[in-house]
Amino acid sequence: MSIGLLGQKIGMTSVYDANGRMRPVTVIAAGDNVLLRRLTNDNDGYSAVQVGFDVQKESRVNKAELGIFKAANAEPKKFVREFRLEHDLAEGDVDLSVTQFHAGDFVDVTGRSKGKGFQGVMKKHNFHGQGAAHGSKTHRRNGAIGNRSTPGRIWKNMGMPGHLGDERVTVQNLEVLQVREAEKVILISGAVPGANGSYVVVRPALKNPGARIAAHRAHAKAEQEALAKKPKKAGEVAAEKAAQAKEAARKAEPAKQEAEAK
Amino acid sequence: MNRIIDLIEQEQKKDAGDFSVGDSVRVHTRVIEGDKERIQIFQGIVIGRKGRGMNETFTVRRISYGEGVERVFPVNSPRIAKIEVETKGRARRAKLNYLRTRKGKEATAVRE
Repeated sequence: MSIGLLGQKIGMTSVYDANGRMRPVTVIAAGDNVLLRRLTNDNDGYSAVQVGFDVQKESRVNKAELGIFKAANAEPKKFVREFRLEHDLAEGDVDLSVTQFHAGDFVDVTGRSKGKGFQGVMKKHNFHGQGAAHGSKTHRRNGAIGNRSTPGRIWKNMGMPGHLGDERVTVQNLEVLQVREAEKVILISGAVPGANGSYVVVRPALKNPGARIAAHRAHAKAEQEALAKKPKKAGEVAAEKAAQAKEAARKAEPAKQEAEAK
Repeated sequence: MNRIIDLIEQEQKKDAGDFSVGDSVRVHTRVIEGDKERIQIFQGIVIGRKGRGMNETFTVRRISYGEGVERVFPVNSPRIAKIEVETKGRARRAKLNYLRTRKGKEATAVRE
């Protein structure tokens, strides 16, 4: 059972999969995840591990944090996160290398999206805007935002212009395409939030689509087998025979006509 | 670019063979049908190369039963078994899009 990884987004490229299909991938460097602290049910009320990633100067760390690093006998780390566990694990059982994931696994990736600043409704909420030509004098404005005296106010969650991006975003159910132990990177299908060089958290997929896909395939196969085994009903057999006879008659028709013409 | 991304891309690049725009080629493609694999050949004139690195593609045009057919192949695709050059062509431009308007024998050869 994989726990999760802290990593740094390196950038995107594409790789060919086993079927020869080109897949877009994000490369995530996730080497040297250090176990800082184990939180146990008895001590903390829940089970988790605290993990650190990337080197930080000692002068940038406050004394409380430094205590944690000292206790773990580790260098100060820049990026520290917790991974919740189902139950307490012994220290030897905590695998924080990239090989805890395998090609074909599904993961959720959390990062901080690129900041876009103050944006209008077309970019922020995918509104359509107004006509570009034919004398239209409004182009990218939000248009009407409500009704009249009923309800006499603006509905909640009405899309308005405002700040976009620079927020915590999780993308679910991305497939792991490659795990490269030598370079300590994993290649994840598709895009992940954030700029190149930003930190991301990779967790096993919450919704487990791999299991769902497998279950779906097994179900489809079983259904097909059941269909093949089922004996045909008498009515169906008769209908099939009638259809065949009709078809034969239709084929014979032109030949008959030809013979008559002669 | 980043060292690791470079490495990943270099690994996938293959020696595509020496062919250029204007050449008549036979492209051997791997076709997977069920669990069998066979080779299918697409023969025609290379009318252009496009893109860089992993995204490089080339376009092959042929006249099939009187109808022009073009296929675009990624240069580094593992589905391409090999590229055979039948005859070298001498093209004076990078893209031979003018062949699309040609008819008959003129459309099947490059003579510039």
